[in-house]
Amino acid sequence: MPRLGSARSPVKCSAKALVLAAALVSSANAQELRPYQIVGDAIPQSLTGAKGDAARGRAIVVNRQVGLCLLCHSGPFPEDRLQGNLSPDLTGTGARWTEGQLRLRMVDASKLNPATIMPPYYRTRDLTNVAAGFRNKPILDAAQIEDVVAFLTSLK
Amino acid sequence: MIRFFVVALLAFAAVATAQKKSGYEFSSRETQAMQDDDAANPGFLWVQQGETLWNRRDGAAGKSCADCHGEANNSVRGVAARYPVFAPEAGAVIDIEQRINRCRTEHQQAKPLAYESDDLLALTSFVGKQSRAMSIDVAIDARARSTFERGKTLFEQRQGQINLSCSQCHDDNWGKQLAGSPIPQAHPTGYPAYRLEWQTLGSLRRRLRNCLIGMRAEAPPYESADYVALELFLMARAKGLAIDTPSVRR
Ligand code: HEC
Ligand code: HEC
Repeated sequence: MPRLGSARSPVKCSAKALVLAAALVSSANAQELRPYQIVGDAIPQSLTGAKGDAARGRAIVVNRQVGLCLLCHSGPFPEDRLQGNLSPDLTGTGARWTEGQLRLRMVDASKLNPATIMPPYYRTRDLTNVAAGFRNKPILDAAQIEDVVAFLTSLK
Repeated sequence: MIRFFVVALLAFAAVATAQKKSGYEFSSRETQAMQDDDAANPGFLWVQQGETLWNRRDGAAGKSCADCHGEANNSVRGVAARYPVFAPEAGAVIDIEQRINRCRTEHQQAKPLAYESDDLLALTSFVGKQSRAMSIDVAIDARARSTFERGKTLFEQRQGQINLSCSQCHDDNWGKQLAGSPIPQAHPTGYPAYRLEWQTLGSLRRRLRNCLIGMRAEAPPYESADYVALELFLMARAKGLAIDTPSVRR
């Protein structure tokens, strides 16, 4: 029975099965999360090795089920009246931050501000009681992160 | 110096109480108007049904709630303002739904009612309504302490894929707009509540599940004691606010 507050439901199984399960989880993680390097307050290299697509990034940002960004942020989205004001307005982010700085803020903003409420979009570790359907998956995958970064960079 | 401290402390306490706001105050005028008028408040359909059930004999014992309790406005007035409570016979902290089901199984010898069934919601809102306008005041004695602490932990820990705590929204950011709607302080004054989004009456457990699902956290099953722990913590946190069930919420 899953309990609030425990990362996983307590499953009884043999030590062998546990080791196997751990191996499966870590290989799934390894497949999903690409390694990245933080330099200063930025991740200079693209997670996919390619440039993202700004138009796709915009669609992710305004989508309440995918990007979730407008729950907290407002920005230059005249078609969407239901925006948040928990966080800085996204207008002009591309002028304030470099592409690499934006990538780190998307991947894991807690690296810069441990108390931040901005969700870690590309992190699967150190999370508690994640719903079964979302476990071991980042909120956005590497290609989606690159699309959003490309869009944010274009907001001058 | 000491006097200065006392004055400063009193001033702080006054601000803290003055800032405590029921979810009602974060509702739109239309929603408030619906709640203010018992004839327009759809929650009263359940209250009426609850009154019928209160007086209906049920179970192998052939007794109604009224056979034991008499008039509800005397006997269960105030219950919703002081529950959840530690119940020695249960050996645990229980909420009103659990009390109703204990009365059914122990005293009426009837089957317990399922969570979110119309009958359980009806009885809960009928009982809750008898405490309308009364100030919330739950007791955290030694026997309730560990349940309270569990609730506090659940409220303050980050959880889910979104990695937020209840407290980060409801203590740190209440009043701000989340996707264009204000974040309330999460005081459980009005439950069961008629929620426009649900198009029906729902329990506090259901409301808590909604927030957990929004955080992409695993919502435990309705039977979980973790909901009672959160309810107890939230009620203690809401001390002094008035009960307004059945409320209307967005
Ligand atoms: C639950 C709230 C929340 C969500 C959802 C959220 N953010 Fe944020 N974001 C914040 C906060 C708060 C900050 C301010 C910095 C901090 O606290 O770390 C921030 C900072 C930023 C910054 C730096 C802005 C600046 O000018 O300093 C960018 C860019 C950003 N967010 C983009 C996004 C995008 C894009 C998404 C969605 C894919 C998103 N955020 C989702 C809360 C959120
Ligand atoms: C990201 C923000 C956020 C988080 C995290 C969150 N909530 Fe909420 N909560 C809301 C909003 C917004 C509402 C009211 C919105 C609505 O009715 O749709 C709400 C409503 C409530 C209410 C009903 C208040 C009323 O007056 O009717 C309660 C109780 C509550 N939350 C408790 C919790 C608990 C307990 C947690 C953690 C398990 C939690 N919330 C986590 C945003 C949040």
